[in-house]
Amino acid sequence: MNDLALIGPILAAMFAAATPLLFAALGELVVEKSGVLNLGVEGMMLVGAVCGFAVTVQTGSAVTGFLVAAFAGAATASLFAVLTLFLLANQVATGLALTLFGVGLSALIGQGFVGIPLEGLPKLFIPGLTDMPVVGQALFGQDIMVYLAVAAVPLVHLFLYRTRAGLVLRAVGENHTAAHALGYKVLRIRFFAVLFGGAMAGLGGAFLSMDYTPMWAENMTSGRGWIALALVVFATWKPVRAMLGAWLFGGVTILQLHVQGLGIDVPSQLLSMLPYLATVLVLVLISRDVARIRLNAPACLGKLFHPDA
Amino acid sequence: MNRRTMGKTVLGLAGAAMALSVGMGAAFAQEKLKVGFVYVGPVSDHGYSYQHDQGRLAVEKALGDKVTTTFVENVPEGADAERVIEQLAASGHKLIFTTSFGFMNPTLKVAKRHPDVKFEHATGYKRAENVATYSGRFYEGRTVVGAIAGKMTKSNIIGYIGSYPIPEVVGGINAFTIALREQNPKAEVRVVWVNSWYDPGKEAEAAKALIDQGADIIVQHTDSPAPIQTAQERGLWSVGQSSDMTRFGPKSHLTAIVEDWNGYYVDRVKAVLDGSWKPIDTWGGISTGMVELAPYNPAIPADVVKMADQIKADIVSGKRHSFQGPVKDQSGKVVIPEGKTATDEQILKMDWYVEGVQGKVPK
Repeated sequence: MNDLALIGPILAAMFAAATPLLFAALGELVVEKSGVLNLGVEGMMLVGAVCGFAVTVQTGSAVTGFLVAAFAGAATASLFAVLTLFLLANQVATGLALTLFGVGLSALIGQGFVGIPLEGLPKLFIPGLTDMPVVGQALFGQDIMVYLAVAAVPLVHLFLYRTRAGLVLRAVGENHTAAHALGYKVLRIRFFAVLFGGAMAGLGGAFLSMDYTPMWAENMTSGRGWIALALVVFATWKPVRAMLGAWLFGGVTILQLHVQGLGIDVPSQLLSMLPYLATVLVLVLISRDVARIRLNAPACLGKLFHPDA
Repeated sequence: MNRRTMGKTVLGLAGAAMALSVGMGAAFAQEKLKVGFVYVGPVSDHGYSYQHDQGRLAVEKALGDKVTTTFVENVPEGADAERVIEQLAASGHKLIFTTSFGFMNPTLKVAKRHPDVKFEHATGYKRAENVATYSGRFYEGRTVVGAIAGKMTKSNIIGYIGSYPIPEVVGGINAFTIALREQNPKAEVRVVWVNSWYDPGKEAEAAKALIDQGADIIVQHTDSPAPIQTAQERGLWSVGQSSDMTRFGPKSHLTAIVEDWNGYYVDRVKAVLDGSWKPIDTWGGISTGMVELAPYNPAIPADVVKMADQIKADIVSGKRHSFQGPVKDQSGKVVIPEGKTATDEQILKMDWYVEGVQGKVPK
């Protein structure tokens, strides 16, 4: 078999592998832009994954499943929001706790749903386009969630940089005291940003449990929430770069599996590390440019805000 | 009879202080044996840990009036495992099963500190005064599966998803490949290591990669049913691991290598109860029932099923061995000469691929 013929399948698999990361990273990006650091992405993804799966099994409707997953993610995030925004709990500690909580809660909810198979989503097929060589399958042969994740990128970008609401959200993230002085409801804006982040994480998790590997298994996100968090910094808080980062990560993940299958003599442990190494490497490269980080990182990221203080 | 009624009865019969102490002693002997189980995955994985837990339930069912069981799931292999095992030992468990290879050193460390507690470590090779080891000869199941795959493949490429390159997994790949090429000398095996026992997403990605490279049968030595789902989606064959995974891909699932610990666990707990427990090594195969094959897919032709059953029967009768000479390694060198079979030691230390496997064993 011609190894070049593998480029098409690798690209197709790359987009699918990047999708859960992209959903979660875009959500977290908006959260961080509003000045809140929520480390609970992994937990919210898991809760979204199990709720979406459970509802789809019960109702047979994937649309309902994804809606419930987004809602469940947001509900989990609202816990974090109440604790950190209104009760002024430390964001890092609360975020970590949220992940642990999400792992446990999702396992509990999922008890009765283990070992139940589910049909994945149908894949797009456009005659003449999907069977095009190399890029056909990758561009025109995915399922709807893969396209939705990509479509969310320009939407988030437009919202943040071209709408008034986006401007206010960024202002809150940059300087909450000034935004407050101007009369903006800092806490309310952050609350909704956190909910949005939770909903997106929930969708990312549900993509895994309802489509990518249509089944529920405890802890099935296997650290993808953490990768999504890293991607936000990697992207210097820019949606398009987050997408490129997700593709890079997904691409390296898939590529290393192919390298092994082809019998190329590289240690598999090293190959398994590659996606993470690539992420760290790019992080280091970006961090060298202090100006770039400073320009994009929300100045109030992770800082608590008390309106009366 | 529980401890309190026992004490009362004895008291009532003798009615003396002396009898009271005897009663206490008898009650103490009557105290239930606490048995602990440590699993690497969730009980609900419907694979490796699930099968171990079935064994635990079998113990409860058979000896429930004499033992109580505890399990800890999702225990990572490493420092955390030692803490969990230590906790079980410290909380009065007198027999502890640690069910994954990576628990080997933590088990031995804890065993040293608790000489009165008996330990059973699965798939390892280090024993001590109070540490026994046990494992299944799963490679025997892989021989049967390999022969079936040899008959069923059309592309002559088999995709094999490995967890970690430890002897058990490498030996499984070899047993599979030998039987595969006996039926079909042109077939080859491509291996992808995912460096995890349980990561559905990654296992699915590995299955996709192997299928995209032309594999038409996916074999796995990882625990989630994700590869079966992927194979089903692509309309190809797959082989399940640890338990019957048919429902995840009824059209794809050829069979599965099933691990059945029930008999062993009941026997070992009985041995502790009657004092005959010894730190031995048990390595049971198809003949002992520790290794089973899940029901064959109805789409497998009758002559292939017949062949598979014959191979199983031959393994049980000893007529056939999974590593029967001549076995050549990848360079063509004969490692197991004609007329010989691999020794247990050779199988337990296997770190080389037989002819027909692509790539190299990661070191």
